[in-house]
Amino acid sequence: MKNKEPLILVVVVAFSLLVYLLVETYAHSVMHKHVDSQNFEYKDLPPVTKTGDIRNGKVLVTGAGACIGCHSIESEGIAANIDVVSAAAIYGVNPPDLSDVGVLYETKFLANLIKNPTHALNVEHKFDTSKGQMHPMVAFYGAGGDIDQEVADMVAYLKSIAISIDDLTPKMAYENACGRCHSMAYESWTEIGQTPKFKNKINELAYEIKTLKYQDSLKAYMGKLPPDLSMYYRSRSESFLSTFVEDPQSHLKGTAMPRVGVTAEVFDKLYEHMADSADTKRAERDAIGKNVMIYIIIFAIFAFLWKKQVWRDLK
Amino acid sequence: MANFTKATGIKDWLNQRLAIEKVEKVIASEYWIPKNINFLWAMGMILVFTFKMLLISGIFLMMYYQPSVEQAFDSVNYTIMREVDFGWLWRHVHAVASSVTFLIMYIHMFTGIYYGSYKKGREMIWISGMLLFITFSAAAFSGYMLPWGQMSYWAGMVITNIFSLGGLHMDGLVEWIRGDYVPAQAFLTRFYMLHVLLLPLAIIGLMGLHFAALRIPHVNNQDGEEIDFDAEAKKYLDGDKKGSKVMRFANDFLSKDMMVLGIFLIFFFYLVFFNYGFALDPVNMDKADGLITPKHIYPEWYFLWSYEILRPFSTNVGLIAFGFAQVIYLFLPWLDRSSNAVAASRRGKFKIWFWVLLIDMIVLTAMGKLPPEGIFSTIGLVAALVFIALWIILPFITMNEKKV
Amino acid sequence: MHNNSRRGFMGKAFGAVAGVGVLGSLVAMKKSWDPLPSVRAAGFTTLDMSIYKEGELITEQWRGKPVFVLKKTAEMIEKQTESQEKRDIIINGSHFMVAIGLCTHLGCIPAYKVDEEEFLCACHGGKFDWSGEVTLLPPPRALDIPPFKIEGNNMILGEIGPEFKAMKDSGITL
Repeated sequence: MKNKEPLILVVVVAFSLLVYLLVETYAHSVMHKHVDSQNFEYKDLPPVTKTGDIRNGKVLVTGAGACIGCHSIESEGIAANIDVVSAAAIYGVNPPDLSDVGVLYETKFLANLIKNPTHALNVEHKFDTSKGQMHPMVAFYGAGGDIDQEVADMVAYLKSIAISIDDLTPKMAYENACGRCHSMAYESWTEIGQTPKFKNKINELAYEIKTLKYQDSLKAYMGKLPPDLSMYYRSRSESFLSTFVEDPQSHLKGTAMPRVGVTAEVFDKLYEHMADSADTKRAERDAIGKNVMIYIIIFAIFAFLWKKQVWRDLK
Repeated sequence: MANFTKATGIKDWLNQRLAIEKVEKVIASEYWIPKNINFLWAMGMILVFTFKMLLISGIFLMMYYQPSVEQAFDSVNYTIMREVDFGWLWRHVHAVASSVTFLIMYIHMFTGIYYGSYKKGREMIWISGMLLFITFSAAAFSGYMLPWGQMSYWAGMVITNIFSLGGLHMDGLVEWIRGDYVPAQAFLTRFYMLHVLLLPLAIIGLMGLHFAALRIPHVNNQDGEEIDFDAEAKKYLDGDKKGSKVMRFANDFLSKDMMVLGIFLIFFFYLVFFNYGFALDPVNMDKADGLITPKHIYPEWYFLWSYEILRPFSTNVGLIAFGFAQVIYLFLPWLDRSSNAVAASRRGKFKIWFWVLLIDMIVLTAMGKLPPEGIFSTIGLVAALVFIALWIILPFITMNEKKV
Repeated sequence: MHNNSRRGFMGKAFGAVAGVGVLGSLVAMKKSWDPLPSVRAAGFTTLDMSIYKEGELITEQWRGKPVFVLKKTAEMIEKQTESQEKRDIIINGSHFMVAIGLCTHLGCIPAYKVDEEEFLCACHGGKFDWSGEVTLLPPPRALDIPPFKIEGNNMILGEIGPEFKAMKDSGITL
């Protein structure tokens, strides 16, 4: 009698695979909008053509009434004028500290952001100056000289004070680029920072009230409270997250979320931080997975040899 | 009282009290299995294994899971996944094993249909098997509620709404099932009870029935051969192991079961460690929110075919079609009018019926997941009608089948 | 699984391989029963010792158990015996009685009588003096001192510092 088992196996595997390809691969490709990645190049923004002068940039950034009117630069010893809750009440969100923005954000993006915030952030639908809707960040109108040169100087200064990309931890990247609007509960992160340990209930509640006040300002500014990102590494695909961060409008037309403007390298760090929250044991899983696979193959070989021995007497 | 003598050893002591040798013979060494069966007959043993995996991983999940609407999501995604040592392993094993259990159940079921293993004398095997399928479905659904993610919540909403029975508007029944107007705390706690206690008990009981149902008719074989088990067993015991048409369950068939299990486990653990995404839907990694419906709602893949039968029709017709799909397999032993307990390949029209049914089930499954728009809804409607038609014509095409 | 027929070498070998797998999964199961990292991290409690008032008993909590903290008054220090003195924990010149507030007999919490300057256990009538030593049976030994480490004004319960190690080695506490 002919052994039909190989044929049966092929049939079973083929049908199972067909179901898998249809309900997983194919159905998901139909269900999810495909957005091409731009590799964080921000092609719509004009490039920086001038070579910046760091010294002049420093004067422009740290001068009276300039950037430091609203932004802190902690690495340079320039502290924030007001606390985060009051800042959010004025601006809608806490303005970012400028210490490391030079490494976090694309050069071109920074320059365009200084000159025309709503355009760089891609939120012109929300801030229409003709209707009197002003973006909280005031555009830089120039200090009297060539405005493009001045912007290049400021960007050069910001890049000069930023830490190197190798020293930038995923957590630091997250805090500046995402963490002022998005909490990450699994990492004890709220929109106003790392939640400390409290010994007294009263301090804990006071901190919670601060957070709630900040969230109220944020809600009013963004239309709704931006989601917690603790589980986003597992609830969204990498391609969705990267194209969304690159340009939120590409997935969600009309969203209040601004373009973040990070470089591709920084996005990888943001993604790693999200993984550190949602899938902390991924390295352990891979390592144990490999060992289990080796073991189970040995198990299958011994099972096969045993079967062969037992069946030698039967057929 | 029976006469007990001084035992010669532990085995003898137990034997006098529990008849372990006899039990061993009945369930293993003299439980006779035909030799002409292929690896598809090992699926039952694989299912025993996947059930065992579900039980063990479930025990560890239960130790840390909190059945409360506030804590359920975080107890799974934070405590179990981040805090508990190997918590991620139990969760992934549990999720993958539940999905794979259904895959193997479908293979097991279609093997039965293909070889006619539900025919005269084996009806109870088929019925207990289908009851197991239904209880496993209920267990899978109730378990899916527990992580309290977006899919849990909305699947809970949609599936329990089915019990309003369309035009009958039995909203009271829906509220009774939920214990609330929407899926909330009462709903979560009762589904937790069903998932960890009542349904596993029912499954274990039905598994006992399923095995018991096999004793008298014995398992079928791939050639549909009538075997005189007593005569063949005698031949085997007299030493003609090669000439006998039967073999012991243990170790003879068990060794093959283990070989198939070994191959299955390679596939299983590959999924657990490296490709678990299909069993842990990303949408369910968002916490339940009663005010936002996810863009796409779909059941797990193993429910898609019956879900698709519900979808293309108007509410009432859809519900009738859905009800039909849920119970029709139970009646297979009587809808198939032929007495041929042989492979479908030797049964003429039934052979076509079988493959059309299988492909139709796969088409329904795919359409159940795809958004019900344009061509997909048309294909879905046709496939649903084909499904119903197939079961209606089954008695007619098998009535005059030639005896083989 | 038991077979009257010979099982053969391969059967035994296969059984051994399967056994290794079972053992491996038992290790994972054992680890899943371990206390969670958050539980272990909560096993350390820092007490600021500068806030206590002399002669007033304060009950703190450490690993779910009550911990008695009593800053000794000048008179107590004056009158204490050598064995009572050995139980002293001295932080920045202040003398403290710090002990786990569970009777060493069967684990009830003794109540402090301010006037008598002693602890009375309601369960079986055991008594301890203000330094934690037994004055009335049945308790088998003085109140246990939790592992501690001194860092400036702070006392960290759960960590083992040199002062605690010395006490433990000399048998003052378990």
